[in-house]
Amino acid sequence: MKRELKIVVNGESYDFYIEPKTLLVQVIREMLGFKGTHQACDSSSCAACTVILDGKAVKSCSILALQANGKEVLTIEGLADGPKLHPIQQAFIDNWAFQCGFCTSGQIMGAKALLDENPDPTREEIQSAMDGHICRCTGYNMINEAILDAAKRLQAQKNSQPQKGSRSAKSEEVA
Amino acid sequence: MKTIITDFEYLPATTIKEALKLLSQHKEDDYKIIAGGQSLNTAMKHRLLTPEYVIDIKSLSDLDYIRFDAKEGLKIGSLTTHRSIEKSPFIREKFSVLHEMEQNVASVETRNWGTIVGDLCNADPAADPAPVFIALDAKMKIASSSGERTVDAEDFALDFFETTVQPGEMVTEIQVPTLPPNTGVKFEKYSQMLGDYALASTAVLITLDKKREMCTNARIGLGGVASTPIRAKKAEEILKGKKITDALLAEAALVASEETSPVSGIEGSAEYKKEVALTLVKRVGKEALEKARKA
Repeated sequence: MKRELKIVVNGESYDFYIEPKTLLVQVIREMLGFKGTHQACDSSSCAACTVILDGKAVKSCSILALQANGKEVLTIEGLADGPKLHPIQQAFIDNWAFQCGFCTSGQIMGAKALLDENPDPTREEIQSAMDGHICRCTGYNMINEAILDAAKRLQAQKNSQPQKGSRSAKSEEVA
Repeated sequence: MKTIITDFEYLPATTIKEALKLLSQHKEDDYKIIAGGQSLNTAMKHRLLTPEYVIDIKSLSDLDYIRFDAKEGLKIGSLTTHRSIEKSPFIREKFSVLHEMEQNVASVETRNWGTIVGDLCNADPAADPAPVFIALDAKMKIASSSGERTVDAEDFALDFFETTVQPGEMVTEIQVPTLPPNTGVKFEKYSQMLGDYALASTAVLITLDKKREMCTNARIGLGGVASTPIRAKKAEEILKGKKITDALLAEAALVASEETSPVSGIEGSAEYKKEVALTLVKRVGKEALEKARKA
């Protein structure tokens, strides 16, 4: 029996009925046509399908779409501001951080989630946050360089703009 | 490559009561509970599991908590994600072994959605959390529509991918007692790739007496070296009541490796896994001892 899914993807609301077995990646790619999210290993091993779900990087190949009901998804298509690329996208280009590009959208979404949470990460923190992302072309140094560079660009952009309220982390219930 | 899950009827629960009611109604049916589904979805894609019903408990926010009081200890609700545990400043300070363990569970993306109890219920003997909870002397709280029961972490898994959880039941909480003074707990896994399942893993807890000389309590949990995570009880006995030296640790490690019953696989032979377990018990035991001395 089909079930209703209400979901916001890249700022647009969608409402449709899907088979419960449908995975989030299938909704994003096949139903909405956002083909920048890539499906590679299809077994939660490569992170090419990474999207940001309610602020957190997740593997869209391993989540039932119905579990994203009422939530917001950001894919690679939601990053650019019109023709102007997002600073992370531009940093990946300027640092030669990809060759074939297949893993890149997942890498960039992983990097975005990292930098949203930790705007000034060390190289070790980048390596630890990105260690699930498999790239078979570049090796990982240029990707690390691109993320370090993106952090600087985002910081510079933030400093040149008026301050906005930042997203607060979920509070812990520890007594 | 695209794999397709077989059809199932989707039964979402929004409260604990609702979840227990659904479980009771479908007790006799072929169902699976889904939390984050980080293992279940892959198993369903490969048709290793083809449940008729999937009961979704992911949105039971009532069970997403990390609580502590000195008397009752640490309580982790069953819908708490790996990532919440990894990032909890309290856990990092007071139960640092859980923080250290979480850092190498799969990847950030998986930890963001996957729950620690889902991981335990999947009961892969090579998964990371179980040996740590065995060393910490944790208990699992299991609920059904007719009541609650608790099971020691070491008795939770029964076999490869099988647990003590019966039809109609679900795990609601992990309970970890407060660590006594002069206690150190450490964990290490050996795997081929960062974030992989363990080829072998070991968690060791050591408590020393007031003078920090004699070992008053030792607990050893091992992963990846039997059909379930195991507790190396004979090896623990070797350490208890004695002053721990390198020689004593080596003796305990040898006994611990004899308590394992690994199977050969592509990741390594049974003999090799026994050797790795032996090395890990020695190494992690020493680290736990150092930590107990400084605690």
